[in-house]
Amino acid sequence: MSHPELEGYHGEILEHLRKARARIGNLIRVTSKTGDVHEGYLFPRYQYGDQHHVVLKLRNGYNVGIHLGRTEKIEVIGEGEKPKFTKAPPLPKQFRLPRVSIISTGGTIASRVDYRTGAVEPALSAEELASVVPELESIAEIDAHILYSEYSENLTPEHWTGMAEEAARKISRGADGIIITHGTDTMHYTAAALSFALQHLPVPVILVGAQRSSDRPSSDAATNLTGGTAIAAAADMAAVGVAMHEEISDHHIIAHKGTRVRKCHSSRRDTFKSIETRPLARYDLTTHRLETMDSGTKRDKKRQLTLKPSFDPSAYLLKSYPGFDHRSIDSAIQQGARGIVLEGTGLGHVPRTSYDSISHAVRKDIPVFMTSQTIWGRVDMNVYSTGRDLLNLGVAPLEDMIPETALVKLMWTLAQTKSPDEIRRLMLEPVAGEIIPRTPYLMEEVH
Amino acid sequence: MKVGLEVHRQLDTAHKLFCDCPTILTTAPPTIRFQRRLRPTQSELGQIDPAVLFEFHRGRTVIYEADNDTSCLVEMDEEPPHPLNPEAVDVSLMISLLFKAVTMDEVHIMRKVVIDGSNTTGFQRTSIIALNGHLDVEGKRIPIQQVSLEEDAGRKVAEAKNSVTFQLDRLGVPLIEITTGPVIQNPEDASKIALAIGRVLRATRKVKRGLGTIRQDLNISIAKGSLIEIKGVQELELVSKVVELEVKRQLTLLEIRDELHKRGVHAQDLEDHIIDLTEILKSSKSKIIQSALQKGGKVLGVRLTGFNNLLGRELIPNVRFGTEMSKRAGFWGKVGGIFHSDELPAYGIEKPEKEQVALRLECSQNDAFVIVCDDEKSGRDALQAVSDRAREALVGVPEETRTANPDGTTSYMRPRPGAARMYPETDVPPVKVTPHRLEKIRSNLPKMQEELTKELTARYGIGQKLAEQLVNSEYSSIFEEIVTSSKITAPTYVATILTESLKSLEREKVPVANLSEKQLKAAFDLVEKGKTAKESVPEILKWLAQHPEADPQSAVQDLKLGMLSRTELEEIIRKLVSENWPASMGKLTNLVMGEVRGRADPKLVIELLMHHALAGSQNK
Ligand SMILES: [Zn+2]
Repeated sequence: MSHPELEGYHGEILEHLRKARARIGNLIRVTSKTGDVHEGYLFPRYQYGDQHHVVLKLRNGYNVGIHLGRTEKIEVIGEGEKPKFTKAPPLPKQFRLPRVSIISTGGTIASRVDYRTGAVEPALSAEELASVVPELESIAEIDAHILYSEYSENLTPEHWTGMAEEAARKISRGADGIIITHGTDTMHYTAAALSFALQHLPVPVILVGAQRSSDRPSSDAATNLTGGTAIAAAADMAAVGVAMHEEISDHHIIAHKGTRVRKCHSSRRDTFKSIETRPLARYDLTTHRLETMDSGTKRDKKRQLTLKPSFDPSAYLLKSYPGFDHRSIDSAIQQGARGIVLEGTGLGHVPRTSYDSISHAVRKDIPVFMTSQTIWGRVDMNVYSTGRDLLNLGVAPLEDMIPETALVKLMWTLAQTKSPDEIRRLMLEPVAGEIIPRTPYLMEEVH
Repeated sequence: MKVGLEVHRQLDTAHKLFCDCPTILTTAPPTIRFQRRLRPTQSELGQIDPAVLFEFHRGRTVIYEADNDTSCLVEMDEEPPHPLNPEAVDVSLMISLLFKAVTMDEVHIMRKVVIDGSNTTGFQRTSIIALNGHLDVEGKRIPIQQVSLEEDAGRKVAEAKNSVTFQLDRLGVPLIEITTGPVIQNPEDASKIALAIGRVLRATRKVKRGLGTIRQDLNISIAKGSLIEIKGVQELELVSKVVELEVKRQLTLLEIRDELHKRGVHAQDLEDHIIDLTEILKSSKSKIIQSALQKGGKVLGVRLTGFNNLLGRELIPNVRFGTEMSKRAGFWGKVGGIFHSDELPAYGIEKPEKEQVALRLECSQNDAFVIVCDDEKSGRDALQAVSDRAREALVGVPEETRTANPDGTTSYMRPRPGAARMYPETDVPPVKVTPHRLEKIRSNLPKMQEELTKELTARYGIGQKLAEQLVNSEYSSIFEEIVTSSKITAPTYVATILTESLKSLEREKVPVANLSEKQLKAAFDLVEKGKTAKESVPEILKWLAQHPEADPQSAVQDLKLGMLSRTELEEIIRKLVSENWPASMGKLTNLVMGEVRGRADPKLVIELLMHHALAGSQNK
């Protein structure tokens, strides 16, 4: 169905364009039945566009769509140009700077636009990154390569394994910090996964993404990458973090702890928030000042990394709500769930109607855990009778672990052991700061 | 000479082009502030605007101000744009049909890269609605090349050396752009055509009125000159003057070029040897120099070989060739200004100092020099720009984008951008214009000038000339609103105020464009409610134009134009009758009217006067 020389066109219009021997980029002339003439470069049809309009890029740069039904004739009058991206110049060697490896997994943190054709080309090599984000050159000696090219919603636990192994490889080759570029939607799941997979880290592993695509001058991609790289290169800590805008201004890039971070807004630049913990580090884009805020684990290149990159995806995250249907628990059991995380209401509650299903799971040696959908706060199942009932059924409360982190940790735990008791024990044993025994009062983190 | 016009006008739609914010400007202090830095999205050297690249490397910060009443996350570039406002599309289609242009079957939104900060995204969203229309002006057919619909930019509220501040209220207001072919041959025609386009736009009754809602851009070229783009002519009346002055400016620049050739000056004579002159001028009496030195700055200078007496040459009134250089220096070096040898000694720089500088810069009699005092980097950038401009003078008229001043002169704004840097706005789906939609608009097209004039004379009984004036003014729709809602104010009276009275206020330089629709209606409402006299309305409007935002009631109070109460009026009449008795009825009437004109209903005056005169005579 796909015709690279006539990208996006299908059906009737594709036939007409083929008959006219037109290709994308050709200078074509469209004459209407009423005698109006339009000339321009044939432009790819946008995704899901109908099959009735031909899109021309006029000589003044504007695109217009012309309906086939009102068209008398389409003819090619010139060859046009192909998008041209000149090669970025080779990087000068930066001998005294820290070495940072950039692993890209998807989205385009940096890209270049060909204004004539509108083509957007991702900038992915170290040279290309540096040519688009020149700030990097003075921060670190960069090497870069592509691991995956996926939207973050399509990433799976297998990809987490791949990322963990790749990061470990780069660390073993002496990197002073790792950057993973990642789509923002599921970045906090990956961050949690890497926090469990990469233990006793000698250097920081920082995920960065962008809320505004990199093909626009206002993109936050370059600033996030700059700040993230500065943190990966020099912050005196060694943990997995997510580095993005701290506020809507291009002012600070803040790195949040991988197990305590959540995407909290669908479009704002400052979407990622630390949940009830202090962030790891902050970089000031104006003064270039780098501040390490959580030095619980300091950077130490001699520390021996423990790699535990396996995940078992047979874990379920079920959200409770008024009228919650217990059959979703039954169905998880039938699908072969080896563990279930409930996202309960308030202090950790689900409706009474699901008790039987929960108890059924527990009897089948499928551990059931409780987290809270309030995002902020700790579950406490001793306050109300519902909580006590659930405890009696064998549901294990997960303290203040955020539900997404709990799910990821369960997938990781399932790959570490077969024993249900061991699974329950590991889930409650803090590995990477996912459980905090004291809930601090942090006003600024709460909206 | 060839002139092309681009007329921009804000549309009076309920919402902005890509969000649901209202299309009004705020006067409240901002409640939201944030800062950004825009960067070029493209590393292809040849394709990037040198000015854009330069701005980026200077590291200028853009500060945005906003409030929740006039801006939302869309303006802040924190939320993707909503679909294209259908009301704005309909108005644009209507305008396109009025110009008999060919409408596009599918409207595609483009991103036009602008990284001066006026758009938070770094681009302006723009789209072609129609192509190839025309407009007949006094028997001549003027091609209307393009009708486009775009978003207005943020409003610049402050500019400092390393930052620029924009208010976001205006960002996203729909803007229609009408582009004529480059066929206009003389200044008067340019004005006439701009006015004629304005009339068509107003006929839709869907465009905004008043200062800041209209902007004309002009593209002017003359033989042997260059294409100059002039931005932001706010008044239609100014168009012809701008064209005239631009032609003059280009001709004088060509004279300067010829003079330089005669003097045998070559580009290689104008290498920029920038020299530190701080030692020579460190004890100068110039305040500018002293304040720059106190901040740790330097005085730098450059020789301009063969330019003696040319920098002082006037291109157009108040714009010397030196002024052009100064603007360039300001743009590239962000310096406040320059001194050039043709204007020295002056500004506290004395003759011996000038001579020493000339000596240090190795100037001969034919040479000029330029000095600047600022931090070293800014100073060097500024003088580099001055030397570049000097070299361009050898070629003739450099291509530039200039900005129009209120007096019709223009100033350097920035280098002309290369080919439009445009790419599709993928966040907004293209909009289909179906034949059905077009037909619906076609069958509801607004009436044009002659028809409207006829209608006004027939419906409201006002004279032909007055009706024509109304149709040509900004006020015909307000006229109808006032007259239809009123029971007592006569249409001819309202029409006269809205045309002749406002015109004469304009001649007195009263800023009539400030008057809002609300103010105009309220002023007539005062007459309607008997709170002021008909005769007072021009005075009230004058006051309101000088006090935007104020309401007419305050005008009445401030100007003491309120109506007298019956008791007050009686008191005045009693006093005048007793002081002047005996007197004829005619004399008394004149005396009283002289005292209370504009503050009392003449009928009531006569009635009360009759009563008191009668009483007065009986008392004697
Ligand atoms: Zn808005």
